[in-house]
Amino acid sequence: MTHPENAAEFLKDSQKSKWHDETLWFVRDKRDKVSKGIPEWEQLRELASGIKDNVLANLANYLEEFERNTTKNGIIVHWAADSEEHNRLVLEILQQQNCTAVVKSKSILTEECHLNPYLEKHGVEVVDTDLGERIVQFLNQPPSHIVLPAIHLKKGEISELFHEKLHTEKGNEDPAYLTQAARVHLREKFFAAKVAITGVNFGIAETGEFVVCTNEGNADMGVHLAQVHIACMGIEKILPRRKDLGVFLRLLARSATGQPITNYNSHFRSPSTGKEIHIILVDNGRTAQLAREKFRNSLKCIRCGACMNTCPIYRRSGGFSYNSTVPGPIGSILSPGLDLKKHSSLPFASTLCGSCTDVCPVKINIHEQLYEWRQEVTKTQGEFAKGLSMKLANGIFKSPLAYKISGSLMRNAVKSLPNSLIYHPLNTWGKNRNLPDPPKESFQQWYRKNRS
Amino acid sequence: MKTNSPSVALFIPCYVDQFYPQVGIATLELLEKLGCQVTYPSGQTCCGQPLANAGYARDTVGTARHFIETFNDYDYVVCPSGSCTLHVKEHFPTIAGLEKEQEALEHKIYELIEFITDVLKIEKLEGKFPHRVGFHSSCHGQRGLHLSSGSELNQPPYNKARKLLENLAGLEWVELSRTDECCGFGGTFAVTEEALSIQMGKDRLADHLEHKTEILTGGDMSCIMHLQGIATRSKQELKFLHLAEILNQALS
Repeated sequence: MTHPENAAEFLKDSQKSKWHDETLWFVRDKRDKVSKGIPEWEQLRELASGIKDNVLANLANYLEEFERNTTKNGIIVHWAADSEEHNRLVLEILQQQNCTAVVKSKSILTEECHLNPYLEKHGVEVVDTDLGERIVQFLNQPPSHIVLPAIHLKKGEISELFHEKLHTEKGNEDPAYLTQAARVHLREKFFAAKVAITGVNFGIAETGEFVVCTNEGNADMGVHLAQVHIACMGIEKILPRRKDLGVFLRLLARSATGQPITNYNSHFRSPSTGKEIHIILVDNGRTAQLAREKFRNSLKCIRCGACMNTCPIYRRSGGFSYNSTVPGPIGSILSPGLDLKKHSSLPFASTLCGSCTDVCPVKINIHEQLYEWRQEVTKTQGEFAKGLSMKLANGIFKSPLAYKISGSLMRNAVKSLPNSLIYHPLNTWGKNRNLPDPPKESFQQWYRKNRS
Repeated sequence: MKTNSPSVALFIPCYVDQFYPQVGIATLELLEKLGCQVTYPSGQTCCGQPLANAGYARDTVGTARHFIETFNDYDYVVCPSGSCTLHVKEHFPTIAGLEKEQEALEHKIYELIEFITDVLKIEKLEGKFPHRVGFHSSCHGQRGLHLSSGSELNQPPYNKARKLLENLAGLEWVELSRTDECCGFGGTFAVTEEALSIQMGKDRLADHLEHKTEILTGGDMSCIMHLQGIATRSKQELKFLHLAEILNQALS
């Protein structure tokens, strides 16, 4: 289904879509307030953007530096060209450990690679330990938001789900009660897992350490209880120096949820005695995006989700309407690079209002890239009829005479056609909107009579 | 009219020309009242934005060339639309052979309000307009041309239109819950994402109604056309005027 079809479906439940809009607006509003508490906020964004530009311009060097230093620290480094290789590498490590149950925390990258179904197919139980992730996993759904994965569900629905899966009291919607039930359930899974998988927010080239930012502390819990830690990292997550973190940690949580900082910012540098840390550096389309000059800086994204919270489309259509792992504005400029045909409606799921660009902590020009992707989509995926009518319009607008004739035809048509025809169901403008009352003359005609 | 005043060419967007001639007239009269020597170059058509935003920027070369040639001989080009102005400034394809003229155009085209505040350097307009006015901030005017501060950015608040309006005797400025959310027009978006477009428009209208807007105004008739279309369909008691109409009425 295309984005407009999914969005129309989402809007049918008007109460829920209103609630979704207001909930995410609340998060954006919190972000506004907390960001305004930092006088140098705009300077921080500028700095973060510059650091990321530098990373992208020298990515190969930084990645090699990172590999050298992580290896020196005793971390085992793997490289994956695509999602298949990534998944295979994870499975191989698990098989070496005879591990059939893993816990996972904080990784959109493993969603992108569809790791869970792959491991399950090979007999491994995967438990997402972050509460929102666990909820959508129970429902067999992907996350609908990269920071707030279960934001599309109301607490009544979660209560219902937990009653079924965790045998909580029917009808008990108390968040503290439900969270406690999840905690008890997850505790068992933590103890049973020999291997823990996490994502990576930042990999520091200079020191060979990596940082995982969480609110629930599940990454730490999983990693410290397990024998082996597998960290899955997109190759664009590099920062040159440890001190660069000072810029990014101030921006990340404020942009994401309006918190001053995430509750846990865990640095992993070398394995404890007798344990192992593996890091898998994943490309999966990133170097292809790096080669596209107009779209390169989409790789600066630090996955805060602020563009989703601010997007008037996302708030009213829900994450699933985008049908891609990363939804919302940033997803709409990343996904077409992975599969232009599948995601061809996404660059059009925007009014180009530009709010995404202005909240982005690393200053990605998201709305300008949406515009540029539209130009690409129509080259290969354009519908013939739409192309024809647009060409016709160019023919009209470059010729004053043709413009005059078509303009007066248009005004007269609106004047003389019966309403039943103007507001025909095929006329999408008129389905829920009136047209302006046609004036008796155009401005041009008035001007000729009154001024020349 | 001052003889040494700069020559101003009016650029009236195609849909304003065809559907809202009163906005073109108000823009012209207002600029004349402010002492400008205004001409409406005949033969002007459209800036090509509808095509470009639909993904066919490559088909707007002819339209852009015609536009540059039409407006080449004037000191300033003034347009009662932030969106069309932004398109000319930022999204015209490069026109071979007219590079110099094109660059000059990008620097001499202004949206009406910014022309009044930034070029004519008018800080206050004396007049009266005793109504409760709700301002709809057009995204291209605000985030594109920076006609007002954005709620997303950490910057001192300002609003060029508000500055002019607030000085009018009797005018009450309506404070909205969401000061700069998009109305959902978005050009072809209004049709290709109809359900979302309508919902966004309804939400903007609800904010204005809740805060007792009497007249909803803005700098882009495209947003207003969309909002007015929804309001009249649902028989809401709201009036709609372009900023040029309010200022022109207030000054008479």
